[in-house]
Amino acid sequence: MSKQRFSALSLFRRALGGHRSWEPQWRKVEPKPSYDVVIVGGGGHGLGAAYYLAAEHRVGRIAVVEKGWIGGGNTGRNTTIIRSNYLFAESAALYDHSVKLWEDLSQVLNYNVMFSQRGVMMLAHTVHDVQVFKRHVHANRCSGVDNEWLTPEEAKAFCPPLNIDPDIRYPVLGAALQRRGGTARHDAVAWGYARAASELGVDIIENCEVTGIRRDPQGRVEALETTRGLIRASKVGVSAAGNTSAVLSLAGVRLPLESYPLQALVSEPVKPVFPCVAMSNTIHAYVSQSDKGELVIGAGTDAYTSYTQRGALHINMHTLDAICELFPMFRRMRMMRNWGGIVDVTPDRSPIIAKTPVPGLYVNCGWGTGGFKATPGSAHLFAWTIAKDEPHPINAPFTIERFRDGYLIDEAAAAAVAH
Amino acid sequence: MLLIPCPHCGERPEIEFTYGGEAHLVRPADPSTLDDAAWADYLYMRTNTKGVHAERWRHARGCGRFFNALRDTTTDRFLATYRIGEPRPAIAAGGAR
Amino acid sequence: MSRWRTATGGRVDRTRTLAFRFDGTRYEGLAGDTLASALLANGVHLVGRSFKYHRPRGILTAGAEEPSALVTVRRDSARVTPDLRATQLELYEGLDALSLNRWPSLERDVGRINDWLSPLFPAGFYYKTFMWPKSAWKSLYEPVIRRAAGLGVAPTEPDPDRYAQCYAHCDVLVVGAGPAGLAAALAAADQGARVLICDEQSEFGGSLLADRHATIDGGPAAAWVAHAVADLAANPRVVCLPRTTAFGYFPHNLIGLAERLTDHLAAPAPHAARERLWQVRARSVVLATGAVERPLVFPGNDRPGVMLAGAGRTYLNRYGVRVGARVVLVTATDAGYEAAIDLHDAGVEIAGIADLRTAASGELPAAARAAGIEVTASATVLGTSGNRRVAGITIAQISSAGSSAARRTLACDAVLMSGGFTPSVHLFSQSRGTLRWSDDHQAFLPDRSAERERSAGACRGVVDLAETIADGLTAGAESAPSRTATARRIVATRPRSSDGGHLGAVPLASGASQKSFVDWQHDVTIKDLAIATREGFRSIEHVKRFTTTGMATDQGKTSNLNALAIVARAIDAPIPRVGLTTFRMPYTPTTFGTFAGPSRGDLFDPVRRTPIHDWAAAAGAVFEDVGMWKRARYFPQPGEDMHAAVARECRAVRSSCGLFDASTLGKIEVVGPGAAEFLERLYVNSWANLGVGRCRYGILCREDGFITDDGVVARLAADRFHVTTTTGGAPRVLAMMEDYRQTEWPDLEVWLTSTTEAWAVIAVQGPNARDVLRGCVEGIDLEASAFPHMSVAAARICGVEGMVMRVSFTGELGYELNVPADYGLEIWKAVHAAGAAHGGITCYGTETMHVLRAEKGYIIVGQDTDGTVTPVDAGLSWAVGRKKPDFVGRRSLQRQSMQAPDRKQLVGLRARDGRTLLDEGAQVADRPNQQPPMQLIGHVTSSYESAVLGSPIALAMVAGGRARIGQTLYVPMPGGDVEVDVVSPVFYDPKGERINA
Repeated sequence: MSKQRFSALSLFRRALGGHRSWEPQWRKVEPKPSYDVVIVGGGGHGLGAAYYLAAEHRVGRIAVVEKGWIGGGNTGRNTTIIRSNYLFAESAALYDHSVKLWEDLSQVLNYNVMFSQRGVMMLAHTVHDVQVFKRHVHANRCSGVDNEWLTPEEAKAFCPPLNIDPDIRYPVLGAALQRRGGTARHDAVAWGYARAASELGVDIIENCEVTGIRRDPQGRVEALETTRGLIRASKVGVSAAGNTSAVLSLAGVRLPLESYPLQALVSEPVKPVFPCVAMSNTIHAYVSQSDKGELVIGAGTDAYTSYTQRGALHINMHTLDAICELFPMFRRMRMMRNWGGIVDVTPDRSPIIAKTPVPGLYVNCGWGTGGFKATPGSAHLFAWTIAKDEPHPINAPFTIERFRDGYLIDEAAAAAVAH
Repeated sequence: MLLIPCPHCGERPEIEFTYGGEAHLVRPADPSTLDDAAWADYLYMRTNTKGVHAERWRHARGCGRFFNALRDTTTDRFLATYRIGEPRPAIAAGGAR
Repeated sequence: MSRWRTATGGRVDRTRTLAFRFDGTRYEGLAGDTLASALLANGVHLVGRSFKYHRPRGILTAGAEEPSALVTVRRDSARVTPDLRATQLELYEGLDALSLNRWPSLERDVGRINDWLSPLFPAGFYYKTFMWPKSAWKSLYEPVIRRAAGLGVAPTEPDPDRYAQCYAHCDVLVVGAGPAGLAAALAAADQGARVLICDEQSEFGGSLLADRHATIDGGPAAAWVAHAVADLAANPRVVCLPRTTAFGYFPHNLIGLAERLTDHLAAPAPHAARERLWQVRARSVVLATGAVERPLVFPGNDRPGVMLAGAGRTYLNRYGVRVGARVVLVTATDAGYEAAIDLHDAGVEIAGIADLRTAASGELPAAARAAGIEVTASATVLGTSGNRRVAGITIAQISSAGSSAARRTLACDAVLMSGGFTPSVHLFSQSRGTLRWSDDHQAFLPDRSAERERSAGACRGVVDLAETIADGLTAGAESAPSRTATARRIVATRPRSSDGGHLGAVPLASGASQKSFVDWQHDVTIKDLAIATREGFRSIEHVKRFTTTGMATDQGKTSNLNALAIVARAIDAPIPRVGLTTFRMPYTPTTFGTFAGPSRGDLFDPVRRTPIHDWAAAAGAVFEDVGMWKRARYFPQPGEDMHAAVARECRAVRSSCGLFDASTLGKIEVVGPGAAEFLERLYVNSWANLGVGRCRYGILCREDGFITDDGVVARLAADRFHVTTTTGGAPRVLAMMEDYRQTEWPDLEVWLTSTTEAWAVIAVQGPNARDVLRGCVEGIDLEASAFPHMSVAAARICGVEGMVMRVSFTGELGYELNVPADYGLEIWKAVHAAGAAHGGITCYGTETMHVLRAEKGYIIVGQDTDGTVTPVDAGLSWAVGRKKPDFVGRRSLQRQSMQAPDRKQLVGLRARDGRTLLDEGAQVADRPNQQPPMQLIGHVTSSYESAVLGSPIALAMVAGGRARIGQTLYVPMPGGDVEVDVVSPVFYDPKGERINA
């Protein structure tokens, strides 16, 4: 297969030919009867894992099976926030591993994923928020993860639309800023990994839903039953986000997961007006502006488990009243599109990247609302775990067994409710 | 906003309710007899059903009572609600509207 | 009157001239105009520049589907609204609109260079470049891309307008008040149903408002509309909502409507709401959302002056505006002929009709020919000319061999096109109804409903007017809860106009040098779609995301089906196989403020204030937010900062007496024969042995063994407990209690009542507390021997029945007076006065409370704990009922990890220099001088200047902390390590003599 490098020069050359010579970014293939590793789930995490298995672990025969179109799940439905200023050392190490990979990803994949390090600012509205975020700042600094404390005035200077009037309902008392954080172009991540993986020989098989997981008499994974036929595989990695419980139940594996709707929305595009990502946990909303000019806005999950990929109107109402409270000039802006994804949530809000009780079956799940930022790091560590049949030190704490043993990495509880 | 049939009060909007998670998870009578794995199973493992899901709701801003419901998580349609302690009705997806 | 305005006709009010501005130039229009019709009436076709190539753009449509004619409207410096469609803006006196995306002016826009360089900017070009040098992305490429993108300029000042919200219930909600919707509403109302009917336009009638050919019930369509609207308006069971867009269809028949109340007014009343959100729960829904005419995809189809045939007809018939003087029709439907006839009849020269079909028979084509209009069959368009407005169009006939012949260029100043009609299935699809592809209609039509809903009229492919009205009548009647009245009959006739249609590019377009646009706003051409499919983007979702077709503010209303057809042809797949992108709310862009409604400022989240709040405010208290509560944090005296005020308040409590408002603490009364057993099972403590009249500090864990709340529990009677919780934790604790009570332990007879707001709680703390209270409290002997620490009793407090608890969160002799909330303020004042008479009393706030409790090593749940702390970790193992067989969390605490000696444990820290105040959240290390990533063993949870000790103190959670007491540890700060001694967390009065005084 011919390699088509992407560059300004190649763009220019092909422009002269009327752009007629471009080739598919990933090969359209029929599934082969067997592979060394099959990844279930063609989102950024799964495609990335396939890429790293091929690029770094030299696994020969790899396939990614995707029940719909690649990047069509949470990869293509999120608000693209990237940061690593998590509280616990385990989490910060995991997400920072990812941020470091993000920083070179466009060049490594030869695909511009538009990683924009515009800074992620987390707003503190109560004394309790201040305590929690300062703890983050200190912990991150000592771990080598950038995160700094801003006064309200400094926050306003960094993000001019911010309302720092001390008399609003929840005034801004300060902010934690991670300058290396930012956003990226979500679709490009899936396509970039798909293209790079395909060039290394990975088969990407769309419209292929897994309907069964076959195990040999010893209990080891041996094949996947799919809507496009039986595919043998000595190792299977499941990276299916909201549908993980359903896929793993095919192998009799239960997981501590619940799948919730998560909604997001964009405004109509406007000229640059919002220079960073701003998040508020206390009043439940976050916002950034896309390269196209839309305000990209999200909040927490809906209240109940669901696989419908849609949520309630009142959730959006709360999200937007929070945004309008913090940024009252956006009240006349208009919602252009709202959408929903399915996020799989663990009890401690931290992911699982681990072996399962079934030999040869691996799982990468439980990212909740934060999976996009982790895409390269998670994919990289998942590939390592599958290739070596043991976790990388960074993902070693993120097992299924931690729930049994009580070694939770409880990012949610660490933001504990106020006294 | 779902319209949720409270078995005590009738149909009410979702904002009157709190979601209570999977139903029929009974707290072991004597937890100390369970090994760590069995206890963790009770604490954390969930069916996370894609389809008809038995779940708890509480009419928190109404009668205050918990009840169970069968809801199809692929459509968000309620198939049945029933009182705490009652067995799960035998209803398949698409059986009711 | 301009030459473009007809002498008569239309629905505009020719007696009311309205002045308006566009890009600073003053124009005049008529009442009843939209901005678009008024601009056209002034001969203005160039109204904007496109998103990517900055091509001159005009007005494509006459409605909500407009992709192109977007403007910013300024009412004043704060009321600036970007990205509005000129086709939807009702004209008012003084309207001030600006075009978008151009610099320095609409006429001379330097961005136009993008169009000349467009070969370098095909679909997805940005994924392939801007990668070198890496650093240039942030500093150069991205800022340039961002500045080029975007449409209007966002408002910069807070929006002063108000937004309202309401709920509504109805039997039948009818969406759309065209022929089908009006018929449905009439029929449902005839059956006695409660009906709500809405339409996005300023008046009801839909397509009938621009119809010259229809006859209904023997008269013109407009007369019938007026009659129907009057009928509905007179019916008290019917609510009519014009200017109201049904933007979202949510589960269980909840529909979101956005009603625009003032944007059409020149001078709205000062406090009138600008928009209103309706959340309508409908028993049944009738969707009568009509259909959108499709543009034809031909080379040069985006020039100003090229517009939809139906739009040209609407501008003429509804607004009395001729869109051109010499017009060419390009059509694949009979609707194109209808437009030609209407314009011809209004004195517009029709330079020709190019019909893509091989032959057009039927009433309208025959009429057009009869009027002498030249028709070219089997036609295609090879290109157009004109700079800021179309000036000519080149058409040709397609020979049987497929090549062009009889090529002709027609001079013109407007081109009208009709590619057929796309049913508006947006809301139906949002409701999760399934669609099916109809080869007959060449469209997706509603198939199976997911909700109690039905579609009627053009939105489900019914096109003939009589059939549409009949369909509406049936839908309305069948949606009514009961059917008793005789069915209404409406007789309608109209020439058929919707026959025909074309999907995708016109013949030979792909070989043309001019661009053929599919998505006007996002500048997506057939070439872009071809590149996408070539690069392997085959799913329509991939094509959409790669080319951005259909992702603009119109969400592809005019473009999606053409894009789909082009992709299907390119990959040789049937249209249904390529798929359809998901319809999402909102149907058209909807104002943030409408969603937010009145939820702003103090109404953003309810503020909870204690009965003593106003007194504290008057006393100069500075408040903090805790949960929804406002709590007095400190009471600065003139010249004091927080530090000084807190030091003074602390010294006062330790040396004499302090007064503290503890009313926000959660309170739950747990009552019944099973009350003691209930608490026994829930809290970690033992309760059975707690005597009546005694209090105990209780700890509540989650089932995973981690502390979730704490508070003093008082036993008021054998079967009655007064449980206090943290301020923020009260709802959580009550919900948790109810969960266990109702679902796990229904065997226990116990009742729970939140009494948080029933009681005001006044804490009187300090060595003088007893003296102060002696005169205030009747019915209790306050002496230590009679009423020792952790006692509770009913009493008359300043003459009011209440309850006194001898408890202390300060480590001093202390009482908490629980009095009915309504008396709280008066009793607070009385105690304050009594204090003044006994050597002074000092009001203190939460900050002082925090310092005092930290001096005693008392934890604050949520500050010293973080959801990963067990009672043992927090040094509270003494509170855990060892002999209890079970309590919530016990089994989890038995796990090996919970016993590990290196768990983080609560300790005290003091800086070795005796001066340094540690930062809360600072980390703790056992080795000095580390570089990141450091080995960390804990963190500081609380840190204060202790006035009474004369030095700072801190609490910390440190791994294996209790075994480290006496050791030196290090707090790494940006300026270097702070050396700290690990000490007991109890800094003050470790023997507890003061509390028992």
